[in-house]
Order: sequence, then structure tokens, then C-alpha cells
Amino acid sequence: MTPLQVYFPLALVVIVSAILAFLLVGLTNLLGPRRPSAVKSGVFECGSDPVGDAHGGFGVKFYVVALLFIVFDIEAVFIYPWAVLLKELGWVGFADMALFAFTLVIGLIYVWKKGALDWE
Amino acid sequence: MSALPTPAPARTKTPRLAAIVSVTAAIALPLGLFCVILFATPLLQPALLDGFIRERLHRDPATWYWRDGVYTVALLVLAFVFANFAAIFSGILSWWERRVAGRIQSRIGPNRAGVGGFLVWIADAVKLILKEDLVPAEADQMLFRAAPYFVMVGFILTFVVLPFGESIAVSDMNVGLFFITSITALVVVGILLSGWSSNSKWALFGGMRSAAQVVSYEIPAGLAIMVPVLMAGTLSMQGIIRAQGGLPWQWFIFRNPAAFALFFIFFTSQLAEANRTPFDLPEAESELVAGYLSEYSGFRFALFFLVEWGNLWTMSAIAVTIFLGGWQIPFVPNELYAQLKGTGFPPLAWWGLEAASMLVFAAKTMVLVNVVVWLRWTLPRIRVDQMMSLCWKYLVPVSFACFLFTLLWQIAVAAVPALETAMGVGLTAVSVVLAVLFARQTHRNITAIGDRVDLSNW
Repeated sequence: MTPLQVYFPLALVVIVSAILAFLLVGLTNLLGPRRPSAVKSGVFECGSDPVGDAHGGFGVKFYVVALLFIVFDIEAVFIYPWAVLLKELGWVGFADMALFAFTLVIGLIYVWKKGALDWE
Repeated sequence: MSALPTPAPARTKTPRLAAIVSVTAAIALPLGLFCVILFATPLLQPALLDGFIRERLHRDPATWYWRDGVYTVALLVLAFVFANFAAIFSGILSWWERRVAGRIQSRIGPNRAGVGGFLVWIADAVKLILKEDLVPAEADQMLFRAAPYFVMVGFILTFVVLPFGESIAVSDMNVGLFFITSITALVVVGILLSGWSSNSKWALFGGMRSAAQVVSYEIPAGLAIMVPVLMAGTLSMQGIIRAQGGLPWQWFIFRNPAAFALFFIFFTSQLAEANRTPFDLPEAESELVAGYLSEYSGFRFALFFLVEWGNLWTMSAIAVTIFLGGWQIPFVPNELYAQLKGTGFPPLAWWGLEAASMLVFAAKTMVLVNVVVWLRWTLPRIRVDQMMSLCWKYLVPVSFACFLFTLLWQIAVAAVPALETAMGVGLTAVSVVLAVLFARQTHRNITAIGDRVDLSNW
């Protein structure tokens, strides 16, 4: 199997699914009515006129979650190749990973104590 | 609570034509999809295509200039088949879920279009195509229009590595499982885009909540996936299934106590990632209107819903693959498939075995899909703070502990292989006992309020 045969399907599936979605949305545009009005093209805010801009700003909590996610997800990315080879690495590999995981657990405890995981 | 008499469903007279159409569609669509996937997938793989080029077109596939062209056309056909499978499956499931919901809530559910309302999902699709495609004037036009494509592409891409049977998978990549976890991130991008670009407060809140929820639950799910990888020593979906067996105690879920716990963690995380109840906060109808979907209409809206229902198949199929033995048929060793196939065009016995493996896989997956549907109509929605603390304070530490336990377990199993078999049989027995107790308690709860278990009346 050449790399082309293994990864080529991905490119084709991207194209086929995007084209299918495009055709379906295009069909809506073709068959559906088109009667624009000021009320219809306004954003929905439970019937009243929209107050202010929606892009004002939002809870800083979401940024913290995003940062935590990056830390832990990169850790997962590191573990995957190691997990495949555990049987060959044996005890040395086990000790390495135990140390790595231990460091992360300390990080998790620190974040927890700092209150970053509390969500009011 | 006194016994509530179940209302007899109103018998609407279905026109003869609609009855014939709906019954034919209900039988022919799943059967047709099954057969097309069964025959098309192995036939359109390079190995059999090379034989076709050699014998029918009388060319040497190694040197023939148009060989890559034939491969490309074959893959385009396959991609089209799987995209259709996803669309039709989510359509039929949307009908099935509404029927089950009606039954659980003591009402009738859709029953007008065709027998048992079966044609309602087709009617929905037609209706949504005929709707106006609205784009708010305040919205970021380009991002708003692009968001559904991200969701759709990210969803359909998982079907590239998702197995359906022994040799029924578009491409058995050696990084299969890793590919799935990374590609589902595209769906988050789509949701975030739709929430941000709508320029509506409801959409923004829904989108941010959804992103926070999905990325948080990605951590326990990622750690849970690691354990089958450790046990199988490969990331390939088919490789993980081949490392298991057909009988329950040969499945990964029962062979390791940590995997048993992680199966439930994985399932919960997948529920949250698919935005299903009890984790449907991003589109909490009672507080956020429709979350990130608030401003969408027509088929752009339908694409999001297609993905939501289609996700039930992918999440269940992944759980079946990595924990529940995949397509393994009891007492059929992996070598038998290769022996039967031989070289050249495979014999009928091999096709039969492939069909059986596909049936086993589909049956297991449908059981899990129905569990998800059942959960949706029996559990209330949880709060945002509960959702976040459940993930970070319970699931992440527990899955870390299970991960570390598995390391020790694998070393112990390498020394004493009998340990794994003993644990498999033991945990299978415990699970059967627990399942029986659960069924008995449910039956008691129903009879205690004076109701009766009634599965007829559809």
C-alpha cells in the first residue's frame, strides 16, 4: 500500500461530502422562496429589537477551559505513540510514562486548588 | 399514582399507495444499503480492482497508466455510498427516535405519513428543502454559510476508517483511532463558527458552551481510548477488533477491570461530545432558544441535524469497535476469513461470512444507539457547572487512575496470561447478574405504581 492509497480516500471524501452538502443547500436556494424583509433578516432576540452587539464579550472561564484542553490534549497526543509500543518498551517505558502522568496529575491538582475547575 | 390507562392510538386510515411505499421503503432502504456496502466496499479496494484490470481489461495494473484513475473513480463511488448511508441512517433514526419518545411519554408520535409514520423523515427533508434559506443581515456572511460544511465534512470523514465488517472499511489506516479523535474536532470548529458568525446572543452562548463542553469531554474520551490501544498494541480499528474475540469474555471491556469502568466513561463523554441529553446544554431549548442553531433555516439547519443523528451511529460504532468486540463472530477465528478468501474473486462462503460479521457489528451498534435514545427521553438536562465538574473533577481523575492501572495490568497479564481469561469470565458473569437485577428492579418499579409492562400498542 502506497501512502496515496491509504490517505487518498480522505481527500475524496472531503470533496464528495462538501459537494453533497453544497448541492442540498443549493437546492434550498433554488426551490425555496426568497422574500427578504427587514424583520426576517434581523437576529432573533425573543421578538424584541436586538439590544447591543452580540460580540461584546463573554466569560473568561471559556479561555481557561480552552487552555486546560490544550495542555491535556497534547499530553494525550504524546501518549498515543507510546501506547502502541508499550509491549516492546517494557518496564522502562512504564516508568517513563508513570513519571509523565504523575507530573500531569500534579498539574491537575494545582489547577483544581486554584479554583479553575469551579464554575459558578 | 393511579393506573393511567394507555390511550389507544388513533387509527388513521393510511392510503393504500402510502402504505405500500412506506413498507417497501422501510424494508428496501436498510437492506439495499446493507447489500451495497457489503459488496461495494471489498470490490472497490485496490486488491480486487487490480484483478479486474488484469482479467477484464487485459492490462498489467502495475504499469497501466489509468490505474490511479480507476482507483479514484472507485473511491468516489465508495465515498458517495457512505455519505448516503450516513444521511439515510440519520433520517430513519429521526423517525425511530420520535416514535420511541412518543411511546415513552404515553403519546402516539408521528403516525400520518405512511404506515407508522415511517415516511415522516422524507417529508421533513422535502419540507426543509422548500424553506427559505435565511442569512441574518448582521451575521458574518461567509462564516455563517461555511459553518455547516465543516460539521458535515468532519462527520462524514469518520466513515473512512469506521469498520462495518471483516474487510468492509473504506481504508484501514494504521492511525485509525487517532484519526477519528482528531477529525471530530472539525465539528467543534463548525459549531463555534456558527455560534460566532450568527451575531446573535443565543447563538453565541450556545456555541461557546458547546465548544467548552466538547473540548472538556475530549480529555476523558481520549484517555479511555488509550486503554484498548494499550491492550491491542495498535491504533488501527480493524487491528483492535482482531485483537478481541467473538465471545463476551474475549472483548476488551471484560478483560480488564479498568476497561470496564472506562467503557462507561467513554460512553458518557461521547454523549457529551454529541450534545445529547443529559448534556444537551448547547441547544437547551428552554433557556437558549436553539443555541447555535437559532439563526439557521432551510437545509443549512438540516445539515446540523443530519450530523447530530448520524453521530449516534459513529459514536456507538466506535464504542463497539474498541470495547465490545466489533464484528467478531463467536467461534470464528481471524484466519478463517483469509483462508476462505483465497486469491482471485472471493467465493460465496466468504461473502456469507462477511455478511454475518456485518450483521453482528450492526446489531451491537443498534443496541447502543437505542440506549442513547432511551437515555435522552428518561434523563433531565444537567446544569453547566455540574457538567464541567463532572468532567474535570470526576471523569478526568478516574480515567487517569484507570489508565495507570492498565499499565500495571498489562505487565501482570504478560507474566500470567490466565489472569485475563479469568477476569473476562468473571466480569461477564457479574455483568449478566447486574443486567438481570436491573431488569427485575425496573419491572418492579413499573408494577409498583399499578401500571403494566406493555410493549405492544405501536
